[in-house]
Amino acid sequence: MLSPAALQQIDREVAKYPPQRKESAVMSALRIAQTERGWLAPETIEFVANYLEMPPIAAFEVASFYNMYDLSPVGRYKLTVCTNLSCTLMGAESVAGHLKQKLGIGFNETTPDGKFTLKEGECMGACGDGPVALVNNVRMCGKLTPAEADRILAELE
Amino acid sequence: MAQIEIDGKQVTVADGSTIIEAAEAAGVYIPRFCFHKKLSIAANCRMCLVEVEKAGKPLPACATPVIEGMKIFTHSEKAVQAQKSVMEFLLINHPLDCPICDQGGECQLQDLAVGYGGVSSRYQEEKRVVFNKDFGPLIAGDMTRCIQCTRCVRFGQEIAGQMEMGMAHRGEHSEITTFVGRAVASELSGNMIDLCPVGALTSKPFRYSARTWELTRRPAVAPHDGLGSNVALQVKQNRVYRVLPRDNDAVNECWLSDRDRFSYEGLYSEDRLNKPMIKEGGQWRECEWKDALEYAANSLNLIRQEVGAEQLGALASPSSTVEELYLLKKLMTGLGSGNVDHRLRHSDFSADAYRQGAPWLGRSVASLQELDRVLLIGSSLRSEQPLLAQRLRQAVKRGAHLNVVHVADDALLCRVAHKLIVAPDALAQALAQVVKALGERAAVDAEVQPLLAGIEVSETARSIAASLTTGENRSVLLGNVAQHHPRYALLHRLAQEAARLSGAAFGVLGEAANSVGAYLAGALPAPGGLNAGQMLATPRKAYILLGVELERDSYNGQQAMAAMQGAFVVALTAYKHRAHEFADVLLPIAAFAENAGTYVNTEGVAQSFRAAVAPRGEARPAWKVLRVLGNLFELDGFSQDNAEALTSEALGNTPLADKLGNALRPGMNLVLDKPDGGRLQRIGEVGIYQTDSLVRRAASLQKMSAAPRAWMHNSLLAQLGLSEDETVTVRQGDAAIQLSAACDDTLPAGCVRVAAGHEQTALLGGLFDEIRVEKSKGQQQTAEHTPS
Ligand code: SF4
Ligand code: FES
Repeated sequence: MLSPAALQQIDREVAKYPPQRKESAVMSALRIAQTERGWLAPETIEFVANYLEMPPIAAFEVASFYNMYDLSPVGRYKLTVCTNLSCTLMGAESVAGHLKQKLGIGFNETTPDGKFTLKEGECMGACGDGPVALVNNVRMCGKLTPAEADRILAELE
Repeated sequence: MAQIEIDGKQVTVADGSTIIEAAEAAGVYIPRFCFHKKLSIAANCRMCLVEVEKAGKPLPACATPVIEGMKIFTHSEKAVQAQKSVMEFLLINHPLDCPICDQGGECQLQDLAVGYGGVSSRYQEEKRVVFNKDFGPLIAGDMTRCIQCTRCVRFGQEIAGQMEMGMAHRGEHSEITTFVGRAVASELSGNMIDLCPVGALTSKPFRYSARTWELTRRPAVAPHDGLGSNVALQVKQNRVYRVLPRDNDAVNECWLSDRDRFSYEGLYSEDRLNKPMIKEGGQWRECEWKDALEYAANSLNLIRQEVGAEQLGALASPSSTVEELYLLKKLMTGLGSGNVDHRLRHSDFSADAYRQGAPWLGRSVASLQELDRVLLIGSSLRSEQPLLAQRLRQAVKRGAHLNVVHVADDALLCRVAHKLIVAPDALAQALAQVVKALGERAAVDAEVQPLLAGIEVSETARSIAASLTTGENRSVLLGNVAQHHPRYALLHRLAQEAARLSGAAFGVLGEAANSVGAYLAGALPAPGGLNAGQMLATPRKAYILLGVELERDSYNGQQAMAAMQGAFVVALTAYKHRAHEFADVLLPIAAFAENAGTYVNTEGVAQSFRAAVAPRGEARPAWKVLRVLGNLFELDGFSQDNAEALTSEALGNTPLADKLGNALRPGMNLVLDKPDGGRLQRIGEVGIYQTDSLVRRAASLQKMSAAPRAWMHNSLLAQLGLSEDETVTVRQGDAAIQLSAACDDTLPAGCVRVAAGHEQTALLGGLFDEIRVEKSKGQQQTAEHTPS
């Protein structure tokens, strides 16, 4: 299910914990699996759970708790806009509204060409830069305005 | 000890107890949902908030340990205000569909809402809805009702040993679910229904069939495994609607296995025998009791006179009561026959002459939890004794070493220290290795010593021996597979020696609800009489069958059925089953719940019970039927008018404990032969829901029971040129049946695992005998080949 390279990465995470506590690596392992498979299908979660010798439901609890894990397929670029208090005060809603209109999709939807998915995010700990958004869980963009959002969209090809 | 004050009352409680426990001891009730005495503390419902002097905020009583001088107020204004607020939050999303909820009337949320709920709700917004999942045939889920106490989740993790329920998602979206909505598989799953404080998890077989307040509770004892779980039968209009556990820490605690909980459905099977029947000229006809009994008695008498009493045999189920078994034995003795037995699934009786007492657990059930070292021999414990497996799991959690010598490597859902998994014919060898390894530290008994001559001790055996010589409390336990094994006497003797050498208690796990009671009631061959094996191997002219479904209850169903051909058979049975194929008289008897009597559990504790409902149709309690038969034969001592009178007659006045004993007298002729690698052997354990007639007819449990398949190691599949899922022909003796082949690489080489007790496998041969597997010729056409 996962490539040898991904398994190797997971093994490296597992090695950080005592041998009988493999499941401690579940968050990293799910992240690695998601990066490789694009999203976390039930089979992927079950594979990770078995690999870490933990019950699949326990891995699913983790995968469904954190919203950076995707339990359904997402587009090539996943844009997660923070809509918690600080960002909202700084104009997150107008940024999100602009993105929705521009992409023609709502939150939790993907453009028909499979390029963009829009998500609503929780506080990312960067309130000073609000409104913020994440691209594919790894690139953070701050001080967003509709114009800035357009610039970022244009960059993502 | 700590001195504290609860609601103005001074109480002294053990250090480290929580406020909720302290209050319980002081007789003060604190409302709670997530707290449960047998589960870990989650403190997530907050219903138990109380006021504590000098603490700023109300504290959760279930998670706050007491400290010296603590002053607790459980009913102060502040406490009640906190409790009411929690209740208000809990009710925000609760559907309040009590009128159509099966939990109504026994719901903790409903009860506590009476005390702490508001008259009307301030919440006007939309309530959340959680879509239901299908948890399988036993548990109905209405997850909108769930209050997220996580008792069901903790039960899976801590008691059942397998986490099947979990809390997915977050915050307001959290919901309890299985992994992608899978069915719950645990053999203890029904306990989650009891634990759930609301109507989120309820019993599916019971669904919408009665309101809880219409039901009366009648105490009873579960009729399946050797534990004898204490149950309450919930009865309405002479019908059992539900079975619940009764708390008894010495037996089942507050738990119940699914087999004990849901088997009552079998009482209402179509297959129940409702009227006496006789076969005349090959035709069955229903008749009056009187006619049937007279016909049976006259015919048996005639046979006895013509060919002698030793041509009569009696075979009884170990789920029969002490009273029934005692009367059966008495009847046979009166007729002059010593041929009585209840051990139908045994195949080796050679230890009989050396037995000194009734085989039993060797220690108390509750003390299993305190074990430090265990050697479990020949037992698929989770299906044989689900709740004893749970007790051992708790012991392992405490740090016990569980060592296993067995023929299959099924998950025990806990850490196994060392295991020797070998083919059935190598089981004695494997055990001998352990004995020899133990012998490196202490002198082996002179009787056993010669057996160990050629034995090579493996590393694992040595580790098991090393494990067994440490720790305080130790037990060596023999399970069903060992007891049914063709070399049981040898296994028993070796296990006894292993126990002696390691200073462990030696236990034999009682197979059925009354296995120990059957020994005590004397349902055994008299000196010179034939045992079950002999009675079936050398057919008798007449048989009396008590509660047995011979084809599925015997070591060798095929042989048993052959023995019935041509014999005159009187079957006292609750079910028609195949008896109509071979019997001559069918006498309908009361089943579980319809009968008064006594079971002696594997610990040797006698538990008596009364009938909770009247027998179906014209069925009568078997002890009454036997009593009438005794009178028809004009025998003395068949005039007891109640079951109690019989109980004391059957069990006598000496304490039962004096009659228990597993140690065999010396002098047995012991031979340890080399496993013969040439032939395939069957591993024929009895399926968890195939143990006895009642459970086999419990519809919901049957949905949980997988169809038998021919399981084998992939190397054997390859060697036989078979592929997985292919239909194969499985043969034993004259029988050939079609099963699908399945691969299990944990099975020992040269073995085919075909579960016993199923209708499909009933006519195969011995449970641990030779078996043949081959490609099916003329397999049924697959869909592609059938013209459309
Ligand atoms: S289903 Fe019942 S037991 Fe499980 S968390 Fe919900 S309320 Fe508690
Ligand atoms: S019972 Fe204490 S928090 Fe639930």
